[in-house]
Parts: sequence; structure tokens; C-alpha cells
Amino acid sequence: MTLVLENLTVDHGDRRLVSLDLRIEGGEITTLMAPSGSGKSTALNAIIGTLPQGFARSGRVLLNGRDLTRLPTRLRRIGLLFQDDLLFPHLSVGGNLGFALPSGPDRTKRIAAALASVGLDGYAPRDPATLSGGERARVALLRCLLAEPEALLLDEPFSRLDAALRDRTRSLVFDRARNLGLPVLLVTHDAQDADAAGGPVLTPLGLPAR
Amino acid sequence: MILRALPRLTLALMAGPVLAGLAGTAYPALRDGARAFRDLAAWTGLPRAAALSLGTGLASTALSLFLCTLVLAALHGTPTFARIRSLLAPLLAVPHAAAALGIAFLIAPSGWIARALSPWATGWTAPPDLLILNDPYGLSLTLGLVAKEVPFLLLMALSSINQTDPDRRLTTAATLGYGRVAAFVLTVFPTLYPLIRLPVYAVLAYAMTVVDMALILGPTLPPTLSQQIAAWQMAPSLTKQGTAAAGAILQLGLVLVALALWRAVEVGARRFLTRQAALGHRAAGADLPSRLLALLAAGTLGFGLFAGLAALALWSVAADWRFPEAFPHGISLSAWAIASPDLLPATALTLGIALAATFAAAMLTLACLEAETRFGLTATPRAMLLLYLPLLVPQIVFLPGLQTLALTMQIQGTWPAVAAVHLVFVLPYVFLSLAPAYRTLDPRYATTARALGATEARVFWRLRLPLLLAPVLTASAVGMAVSIGQYLPTLLVGGGRVTTLTTEAVALSSGGNRRVIGTFALLQLLLPALCFWLAIALPRMVWRNRRGMQT
Repeated sequence: MTLVLENLTVDHGDRRLVSLDLRIEGGEITTLMAPSGSGKSTALNAIIGTLPQGFARSGRVLLNGRDLTRLPTRLRRIGLLFQDDLLFPHLSVGGNLGFALPSGPDRTKRIAAALASVGLDGYAPRDPATLSGGERARVALLRCLLAEPEALLLDEPFSRLDAALRDRTRSLVFDRARNLGLPVLLVTHDAQDADAAGGPVLTPLGLPAR
Repeated sequence: MILRALPRLTLALMAGPVLAGLAGTAYPALRDGARAFRDLAAWTGLPRAAALSLGTGLASTALSLFLCTLVLAALHGTPTFARIRSLLAPLLAVPHAAAALGIAFLIAPSGWIARALSPWATGWTAPPDLLILNDPYGLSLTLGLVAKEVPFLLLMALSSINQTDPDRRLTTAATLGYGRVAAFVLTVFPTLYPLIRLPVYAVLAYAMTVVDMALILGPTLPPTLSQQIAAWQMAPSLTKQGTAAAGAILQLGLVLVALALWRAVEVGARRFLTRQAALGHRAAGADLPSRLLALLAAGTLGFGLFAGLAALALWSVAADWRFPEAFPHGISLSAWAIASPDLLPATALTLGIALAATFAAAMLTLACLEAETRFGLTATPRAMLLLYLPLLVPQIVFLPGLQTLALTMQIQGTWPAVAAVHLVFVLPYVFLSLAPAYRTLDPRYATTARALGATEARVFWRLRLPLLLAPVLTASAVGMAVSIGQYLPTLLVGGGRVTTLTTEAVALSSGGNRRVIGTFALLQLLLPALCFWLAIALPRMVWRNRRGMQT
């Protein structure tokens, strides 16, 4: 699987916020690193198709050869993890995962198996608000993966976790993505995240960040 | 795309009846060479009725705004204020007619206050011959209006006060040595007032033209102008409709004059405050008296309303209650038994109309907000003004025209026609109540769902609607309360043949049977209360296993 940003630029007024021309192969992690307010989120918005009005985009986003540029978010098949886990508070843990799982047989079993795979056996009926931070992060990751994405965008997903938890969660997310062969784009302002990712580190304007 | 066009359609649905009603009022007033205006001028009560409308409207609005500001300035951020705040919503849910009847039961010469003080303090053994209710200067009416408008203005002010950054401004002023009240009035109020200006104008227009409260508390010989217009419009001979229309046009003129006057005072007050702020008077000495006055005012208004409502309840079950006894001799359900043949159909009709209007309003509001979210539309100030139009243009001005239209379309006197007119007044409140919650829902939920492959419809039905269950139900309860409390639209478009709890309670108020009045007013009061209770209880029940959904 391959995610390609082909001369992707985003301008706001006269200001160029994003200029990226890169190719991420399956299992690779590319990091966008810059201080906040410097176009990192804009780049993510352009890739998932949620740019607000007033931003001008040019160039293309290609995933496994499909041109995503004009597709609505829901058809892009790009998984997204935010800084906050954003588990839907009105659904149970299982309900959140069911929301993501494409329709098919054995849903309960598949949800239970997914939970078991991250050490959350029997968590399906739980209220997400009663979970610990680490547990919530794992459920959010599962929810993202159960929708069977073909690429992963990570928007500072570890920055709300404390140090010990951050290392564990980070390796879980990276391992899963590598095992599934997903191209990953990580947005962060944390150098440790970038080190752990091990891939190229760029600014939103496409320059080497270090 | 139907959804995309819905916001415009809804605005047309709001503004259309108002404009059609205005035209329907202007036409009979102006035909035959304005003969209607000569008939109107021939009425000897006219100057006084017009003066009463201006006087009670301006006085009650000014007093309400003053008390609202005083309470905010002296008490905002204190524990007392938190208690006042929790009482605002229930106070607002009390229909105007029930509040007026409660106050009447309290302050009348034979009311609860006189009974509590007699004979030991007053020496009265029979109700004194005092004209307290329906006094010729409209003082009781002003008091009733203030009791209902202060909670409304407070709620409006609270919903926008955080935009003025009050805590940091007050702290800054305090570090410079200013007293609380001076700090509030000089640093917060000048930016707060523009945010509540529209509600203040609505209060002024409402207070000048209210009919149901005026019928219960207001002067009678002559009555206020709006009362007289309603009487002409409902006259059985239909010969006075031209005069009513001319009166309505005059009433509109009076409201515009009052608004212009208010605006002029606003400009002057602004200059005064700006100059005052530069003078550097710390005015810390004003804090204690202001605080006492604010507590006294809030206490009197709150206690008065609750005691009045308690009086309604007590009268409805009172067996024998002679003057000057402070309490009845026994409890009896005979008034309920006697009234039930009228109460039951009136309750059913009230609920039916309210449910129909509220359901339609909730659907339209949700569709508008959903269209806003999906297509990135924003509500322009002009659109918001159109939405507010039915609240700003006084009912007594455009409803006579609407009644005439309903007559020609032969739908006058049917309950669907009444429900349709209620929708015009219910929808703005439902929209205003629901929009903030809808617009502030974290957009990343929807983005997450879309990234998981959800369609827009799925995002709406599975995410937004359940996440917003509590605000949707609260907005619906507001809609129910607004519909249940409507008097004039029900009376005019119902042609007197659609009898709701409100029209019946007001109609009974001129008679003397306090027990039966008590039953109608109490039910009129309990229905909205029940709706609000459901709006709080249902989400708690549905989400009892979801801690993240507790509010």
C-alpha cells in the first residue's frame, strides 16, 4: 500500500502553509514536525478532505493509485487518530467498535477478538468514560483499524498520555501499522515521537526538519 | 437538494405570516379613506390607553433591565447567584397568564398578603375597598411584567456574558481599587449590553402590547390600547374590525416611538458611562447598598412568584376560606370535580396544539442546523433578524390581519390553524435554544465517523442526534412552554372557539371563582413544568450507564 502526496500545496491568502511532495510506502512512517500553528493540521485537513473555506489547495492525494482529491472523507479510507481519543460518549466500547466495523457476520465475535488482542477482554459492554487513558487510547486505535483503512494519519495522538503510557501506546500503534503494512503520516511537535517513528522527518513545507 | 434550501424556506415560514398579517391589518385600516382612523380617534379613552401602553412598557422594561444589571453587578460569581441561576429556568417556564393570576391572588385586597396581615396588623375584617388590581396607573401590570421579564433578561445576559471576559475584567478593575458594582457597570456592562440589545427590544415591544397579563392585572377604564384592540377584534358584530386594525397600526407606531426613545437614551447612557469611567471614581461604597438592594429585589420577585403560584394551588383545593383567615379550613377536590368536564378537553387540546407546533419546530430547526453544518452555511445577521421577527413585531399588530386572512380562507377556529400560528412563535425559541449546543458539538466526532466510512445521514442519526438528545429535549420543552402559554394567537386565530387552558384561565379571571381559576392556572403551570422535568429526566435515564453523557 502506498500514500502519495503529489505536489500538494495549501495556501491561505498569500501565505503558503503546506507544500509536500512525498511517497509513503506500506509500513513506513513519515513524520511532519513543526511548532503548533504552522500548518500541520492544515496538511492533515487537506489529506482527509476537511479543509475549511478560505484555504486553496492544489496537487493530488493518491492512495494505492486511487485519486482521493475530490472524494468525501468517508470514501477515502484513511484512518485518523486525534490527540483526544474522541470515543463516542453515548455508545459502549463495543458500540464504538461496531460503529467502525463494516457490516458482515460475526460482529460480536470480531469485536471481542479485537479487544482481546490489546488486552481488553470483556470490555465491550463498558462505558468508555470509565476506562483509563491507556485503555481509551487502545480502543480508539482499534476503532480506527476495524474500519479497514488503507493509510493512517496520526494527529499528535500520544501528546495527552503520560511518559510511560506514551511509549507503550506508541509502539502498539506503530507495530500494528507496520504489521498491516499501512503507510503512516505522523504529525507531532515531539522529537521523541519522530525518533521512534524512524522515517523521514519533514516540515509542512517539505523541508527536512533536522 | 431540499435540505440545502430548508434554512431559506424556514425563514420564509417565519417572516411570511408576519408580513401577511401586517398587510392584512393595514388594508382594513386604510380602506374607505382611512375612516377607521376617524372611528379610532373618536374613542374618548384613546389618549389614556396610548399613554398607558407607553408608560407601562417603558417603565417595566427600564425597571427590569435595572434590576437585572443590579443583580449581575452585585451578585455575579457568588454562591447566592448560583442559587438564583438555578431558579431562572423554572421561573421562565411559568406562563405569563399563570404568573399574573398568581400575583393577583397575592396582592388583591382579598389576596393572601392582606389575609396574612389581617386583622392583627391592619384591623380589616372584610376585604378593604382598595383598587390594587387593575389600578388606573397600571402599577400592578408593571409589577407583573417585571416579575416575568427580569428572569428572562438575566438568562439572556448569562448566555452571552462570557463573551465579555468578565472575570479578568473584574479582577483587573479590582486590582485598580474599584468596587464590584462600579467595576461591573464600567467594564463589563458596556460590552454586555449590545449582546442583549435585541432581547431588550423584544421585552419592550412585548411589555407595551401584552394582552393576557393586562386583562388580569391591567387597568380597565380605559384599558391599555392592546386590550382594547383585542376587544374590538373579537366583537361579535365584526363591525369594529376596521377600528381594531387602525388601533393596531397606531400601536405599531407607539412601539416604534418607544424604541426610538430607548435608543436615544442608550446613546446618552453610553456617553455617560464612558465619561464616568474616565473620572476614576472607585465607588467602593456603592457595593454594600447595591448588594442589599439586589438581594431584596431578587428575593421579592422570586418569593412573590412562588407564593402566587402556591396561592393558585391552595385555592384550587380550598374547602372554606373566608377573609381574613390566612389558610383555608379544609381541603376539598370539589373544584377539580366541577371543572373537570371543561379541564379535560382543554388540557387535551392544549397538549395537542403544543405537540404539533413543537414537533414541527424541532424538525425544521434540526434540518436548518444540519444544513448549516453540512454545507458550511452561516446565519447572517439579516437571517437572524428575520428569525426574530415574530418576537419583535408585537402580536397585537399582525395577528388581527392574520385572523382576517384565516377567516377568508375559512380555517379560522380550527386547531391546526392555531397550531400553525403557534409554530411561528415556537420556532424562534426552539432555534435559539438548540443552536448553541448544535454549533459547539466537537466537529472531530463527525470527522472521525466519516474517516470510518460513515455517511452524512449516519453521522446525523447515530452521532449528532443521540449526542444532542438533552439539548433537543430541552429545546422541545421550551417550545411546549411557549405554545402552552400563547393567549392572543389562540384567541384570535381560534376565533374564540379553540379553548385552551390559557384562554380559559384568562377568560375566567374576570369572574370571581378563585377555586376554578386555580385549577386552570395550576394545570397551565404544571404542563410546561412536566415537559422540563421530562427533558431532564429522559436523557439521564437513557444515558444512565454513560458517564461521558452526564451533564
